[in-house]
Amino acid sequence: MKVNVRQRDGVTILDLKGKITIGMGDVALRNAVQDAINGGATKVVINLKDVTTIDSSGVGELVSAFTTATNRGAKLSLANLPSKVTDILQITQLITVFDVYDSEDEAVRSF
Amino acid sequence: MSDEKSFHLAIGSRFENIELVQLVLKDSLDQLGLDDDNRHWVDVAVREAVANAIKHGNLQDPAKQVHVDLTVEGNEDDWLVIRVQDEGKGFDPADLEDPLAPENLLKPNGRGIFYMKSFMDDIQYGLRPGGGTLVTMRKRLTRLARHDQPERERQA
Repeated sequence: MKVNVRQRDGVTILDLKGKITIGMGDVALRNAVQDAINGGATKVVINLKDVTTIDSSGVGELVSAFTTATNRGAKLSLANLPSKVTDILQITQLITVFDVYDSEDEAVRSF
Repeated sequence: MSDEKSFHLAIGSRFENIELVQLVLKDSLDQLGLDDDNRHWVDVAVREAVANAIKHGNLQDPAKQVHVDLTVEGNEDDWLVIRVQDEGKGFDPADLEDPLAPENLLKPNGRGIFYMKSFMDDIQYGLRPGGGTLVTMRKRLTRLARHDQPERERQA
């Protein structure tokens, strides 16, 4: 998985691309979120538009990202969920835990 | 019909080897004619099973192997059966916690087997001869949309 980090209107956007799976993207996601929060980010959007596969480890890292952000006083949203990512979050009743937006614009405006 | 779609793989306990399993699995599922959605969910279920075997079964010891077998079984070749075996100490599925319980909802782990059960029709755990866990996952092919079948046949 590749992570691209950029800033937009005071919001840190993490663009994820590829697989968020055990031993592949899960650690990269964890590091990217921790780097952003440690760097002082208080508004973070994870853009999942180009994620092709996510497994339970990837889901676990999204949950950890959410709790890390919340515990550090930051807000974290998810944007552009592919249908299969939505499905896998719904099955484990996590879709309501996250702030989920259909587009990056909506996510950025929500803060 | 089933022979050319069956496979047996033995991999060392490294997470990157999951991608090797996925490549071989994709070829079999393509030949079986599963549509994109079902291919994806079977792929995720196998990922979870192999990841559990590597992480919890073999404790990431690269000298220990994970065995993956795919067969098509049943009188009408109507069951996709995938068996994943490790060389670990085995575990009791009764020890699993419910990932939907409010106290577990925000835990970072504990969802893998729940996903496997969600995406396959049947999951059985057992002990492998000689030690280790054997998980058998079944999916009924006749219920699936298969892109090589005419629409009329799919609905029958």
